[in-house]
Amino acid sequence: MAAKTTVGVPKETALALYEKMLLTRLFEQRLDLMYKGGDILGGLLLGTGNEAVSVGATSALGKGDIIAPTHRGIGAHFVRGETPKGMLLQILGRAEGGTRGRDNTQHQGSMKLGIIGMISHLGATPTTAAGCALAFKIRKQPNVAMGFTGDGATSLGDFHETLNMASVMNLPYVMIIENNQWAYSTPPQKQYKCAKLSDRSMSYGMPGFTIDGTDVELVYTTVKHAVDRARKGDGPTLIETVTMRLRGHSAADGAPYVPKSMLEEWNAKHPVDIHMKKLTERGWLSDEQNKELVERLNSEIEEAVKYAKQAPYPEGHSLLDGVYAD
Amino acid sequence: MGFTLTNMAEQITYVEAIRHALLEEMRRDDKVFCMGEDIGAFGGAFKITKGLLEEFGEDRVIDTPICENAIIGLAVGASLCGMRPVVEMQFADFVSNGFNQIVNNAASTYYRWGQPVPMVIRLPSGGGLSAGPWHSQNNEAWFFHVPGLKIVAPSTTADAHGLLKAAIRDNNPVLYFENKYLYRREKDALPHDDNIVEIGKARVAREGSDATVVTYASMVQRSLEAAEALESEGLDIEVIDLRSLLPWDRQTVLASAKKTSRILVAHEATRTGGVGAEISASIAEEAFEYLDAPLKRVCSHDTPVPYAPPLEEFFMPSAEKIADALRSLCSY
Repeated sequence: MAAKTTVGVPKETALALYEKMLLTRLFEQRLDLMYKGGDILGGLLLGTGNEAVSVGATSALGKGDIIAPTHRGIGAHFVRGETPKGMLLQILGRAEGGTRGRDNTQHQGSMKLGIIGMISHLGATPTTAAGCALAFKIRKQPNVAMGFTGDGATSLGDFHETLNMASVMNLPYVMIIENNQWAYSTPPQKQYKCAKLSDRSMSYGMPGFTIDGTDVELVYTTVKHAVDRARKGDGPTLIETVTMRLRGHSAADGAPYVPKSMLEEWNAKHPVDIHMKKLTERGWLSDEQNKELVERLNSEIEEAVKYAKQAPYPEGHSLLDGVYAD
Repeated sequence: MGFTLTNMAEQITYVEAIRHALLEEMRRDDKVFCMGEDIGAFGGAFKITKGLLEEFGEDRVIDTPICENAIIGLAVGASLCGMRPVVEMQFADFVSNGFNQIVNNAASTYYRWGQPVPMVIRLPSGGGLSAGPWHSQNNEAWFFHVPGLKIVAPSTTADAHGLLKAAIRDNNPVLYFENKYLYRREKDALPHDDNIVEIGKARVAREGSDATVVTYASMVQRSLEAAEALESEGLDIEVIDLRSLLPWDRQTVLASAKKTSRILVAHEATRTGGVGAEISASIAEEAFEYLDAPLKRVCSHDTPVPYAPPLEEFFMPSAEKIADALRSLCSY
């Protein structure tokens, strides 16, 4: 079903969603600046345009639940409790980072925070997350696992196998498709023929929804419904969120293949701006409050930058430690 | 409880030893569970999991759709959550469908972000049974190159039991290559009920002084046969059963190379880029000056595994081929 109408959420939730989305946006803007200043090792992958999905979907989960985010999911990490400082230490490859300089970008995982560290083979860790759902089911533990995939990885066998198996096993699992309309430079018409990616849910015998992925409240509410359903033991759900990647695939990609008009159209509905506007209209966020929030988040980010830039890299010889667990 | 463990003095097969190990570990630790194709009510293609469903129920003996990638991927996720999955590949050949989850995900997770991935993948492997190209392979070398994995390949009933128990208790992804030819041909009594064979430790299957065969899995028995045949010719052959391929026991192998000064590496897997190549290179690097003859390898030919018996006989190593190579090695 195509849902266009937005749904309301309580004020407290709406503000929390906004704060995490705003943090994600400000943090990514700062990362971009660092990239341009030559402070980022290797590449930089931003989730500009995906904030409502990563934040909205992850916010529908609770303690003990697990996510497998994508490389556009910094917001998801923040919702699960990662900090700008932790994220920067990871991205800058420092010894204190989540992978201690062993892996790049947002690839860190933490079972404490309920985050599976992704691998670059998109589509693989949503499968892993279904395994967490299996563990929950075996242990009769009331938790839910959520896999995130882009539109690109829905063409992989991983996607099919995972949803088929999750459904056959009736796992407490939710698959979120972040359809941002570009798999690097490949548009939807070169990726799939179905009208909506959620149409595929029918073949797995599970509910499927396609929703506006720029509307964080709609994302949150729809995903919450699916999460509650999974938690009750009623099985998995597939949710396609439609948004637009507002930047290149990576910071090195100027995305000349994206039509200018398309970019303009979607820039006008930036998920963070849309939500801010709604909060303002409802009288839940004044200009003054917004300004204060921006300042507070920016100052947290600046502290993180200051700390992470001077934090040491791992020693070269630490390379050989911990290939095997004891 | 539909299943009783055998009395320890009883002779059991390699297959039964695997089942014993599964049963014992599942009874010992409720985090251990089995997952695979046709393993539940049907008991698996080789009947290894027969009886487990009755005792442990559907939550711990899980029949899956045919999708090795998701089976292994789910096992990785379950193990991240503290479970200890034992996944059965119906045939080792089909593990290629789950390659990514093993080599990129399971193998690197602990190294990258510090979360152990305790899981076992059981891989029925090996030829000599006219089973054709995709029910016969010895594909351990595909994984031998991957840091973070452990690989074991038992050749005896006792090791089939003890290595599987060790693999299940290990906190890393372990590939357990079980040899189909040995399944019902190998028979022995288990040494004791808590038989844990340490991963990474080889076994000197036969002591000797004239030459050493470094081998594993199905070629251990063939090497022992060759060694016995050569006894009448006055040759005293040492046979080392590696048992673990990753990590492999460099110490035992190098000590034997220094002792006998003549080395033959034998495995059923094809030659190029095989486990034997790494062992040979290591001996060349670390024991070159002890060698009295160039090192030799006896392996399967570099072709897909063939079907017709004369082709497969030509393809695979045998006791005769190993004995011939040893004669030539000792007369160098």
